[in-house]
Amino acid sequence: MKPFTFGKPATAAEAVRAVADEPDAVFLAGGTNLVDHLKLGVAQPAHVIDVTGLTSADVRDDDGGGLVIGAGVRNSDLAADRRVRERFPALAEALLSGASPQLRNMATVGGNPLQRTRCVYFQDVTTPCNKRSPGSGCSARGGYTRHHAILGASDECVATHPSDMAVALLVLDARVHVLGASGARVVPFAELHRLPGEHPERDTVLEHGELITEITLPATPWSHRSAYRKVRDRASYAFALVSVAAALSLSDGRIDDVRIALGGVAHKPWRALRAEEALRGASPGEDVFRAAADAELADARPLDGLDGGNAFKIPLATRTLVAVLRELTAEERAR
Amino acid sequence: MSASRPPASDARTTGWPIPLTPWAPCRRAGFRRVGELPAEALDLVSRLGGQWSPRPDRRTRVRVSAPGEWVPPFYASYRKAANDLMTTESLGAARKVGLKVDGVTHELTVDPRRTLLDLLREQIDVYSAKKGCDHGQCGACTVLVDGRRVLACLMLALACDGAEVTTAAGLAGDDGELHAVQRAFLAHDAFQCGYCTPGQICSAAGMLREFGEGAPSHVTSPVADRPQWTDREIAERMSGNLCRCGAYAGIVAAVREAGDPR
Repeated sequence: MKPFTFGKPATAAEAVRAVADEPDAVFLAGGTNLVDHLKLGVAQPAHVIDVTGLTSADVRDDDGGGLVIGAGVRNSDLAADRRVRERFPALAEALLSGASPQLRNMATVGGNPLQRTRCVYFQDVTTPCNKRSPGSGCSARGGYTRHHAILGASDECVATHPSDMAVALLVLDARVHVLGASGARVVPFAELHRLPGEHPERDTVLEHGELITEITLPATPWSHRSAYRKVRDRASYAFALVSVAAALSLSDGRIDDVRIALGGVAHKPWRALRAEEALRGASPGEDVFRAAADAELADARPLDGLDGGNAFKIPLATRTLVAVLRELTAEERAR
Repeated sequence: MSASRPPASDARTTGWPIPLTPWAPCRRAGFRRVGELPAEALDLVSRLGGQWSPRPDRRTRVRVSAPGEWVPPFYASYRKAANDLMTTESLGAARKVGLKVDGVTHELTVDPRRTLLDLLREQIDVYSAKKGCDHGQCGACTVLVDGRRVLACLMLALACDGAEVTTAAGLAGDDGELHAVQRAFLAHDAFQCGYCTPGQICSAAGMLREFGEGAPSHVTSPVADRPQWTDREIAERMSGNLCRCGAYAGIVAAVREAGDPR
């Protein structure tokens, strides 16, 4: 492991300054991804700035029935919060489907959306990777692509975003509150993550030194009728092959409004706008659900690979999305 | 598991171990001529009083003498010495950390790169937490920090300042009475080789607390409901701890008994 200094500033503003002033400085929160990367040599910072305790570790109600979640809240605590379980079930389900209980006790709300891809080539410093080492090439193309993207990929990068929580936050219209050297700003969650394009080294739109301080969830007509389903290679403790978060509101037997996002299929949590469009105003039904999924996946570009490629993700995503919509529109769900 | 082989990270930073040459049986066994040891190793020996110990218990002192003399494999003790050196001299970046482990308070100077797991095992001789994968994938290093189960391999030691750490070795009561989970593991033969067991036990202890607080799991459905004490819940909640012997049936039975709410 490359040597680094360890800093523990007294305030979030000091931490931001400490990182913003040093190109080789990084924030440390739960550490579940960063410490692994330090060992692997994927991350080689000169300075590690511990922000534990510098942002809120509480979940509080806002004035409008929404929630304000401190960036220091641990994943397990957020998943266990009664308000989240009752009013934003997709978020609790997504959190509980990620990693293991020990890791969820460590991981934080601020760090989770910023975790890096689990692309095996990104994590193996002996192989070329445009995300880890820009311009070096992509080892995944023509390699093992089971966990890679079918939507929105570029020639440079076919990695997927690994976070479950982020997929749920996308359908809940979450907003990310960020503190930077030049002040605070708010980023809609849908705009936080990037597609790889020619710069796969950048996962998000955050500038170096910007620190997530809070994530807010507004009260919406659809958030309580929301769900997250994850499909993976084993029943627990694995990253998603495909996941679906969806939330919708019904009126007079029709879908009034709807939010859908897919995980495991793209460089970012994938907002399924075309599927939403196909569903808005429609009467729930198997054919409608399938047509919505087909519309979303029409542009999917599966990858060949040594392991047979990832074309299986298209029917898998279709069936998973249909199943989630069926669950959300079932009568007994309305309670 | 070889406790005597230094991790790759140490090999990079210290130039140790010397690569094995396949033609010399004693080399294959790890023996070295003193003259072939890295200069910094010899430097360490002198600083440590000219003695190395071959085993973690450090009772048997071995004198390192003339170059050319064959010396037994000192990996474990060399690693310990190298870690001590790393601790005190690394780039001036070392910092103090204070923490309580199994009821004992420690004030230590720590290299920023050191994980909590390596602090436990290499710096204060607490071997109960095991190093399995060292990447957060197996759960063998599970300990309780301030009562919550976490992975010691993914925590920087300096981030644990002020923490209260409990390993499986510290779970028993002051009178030596085993924790309910430990008793159940014995009763149900919930292990084979035992390597993952301290992590399993700490994980189960942490899990019982989480369940008692009503925390849901992935298989709690609907997620807002209070979880039921079922084997399915137990298996999901213990899924962060792998057992390569496959003692899962015994583990589930032990945890079921230890946590039976009746």
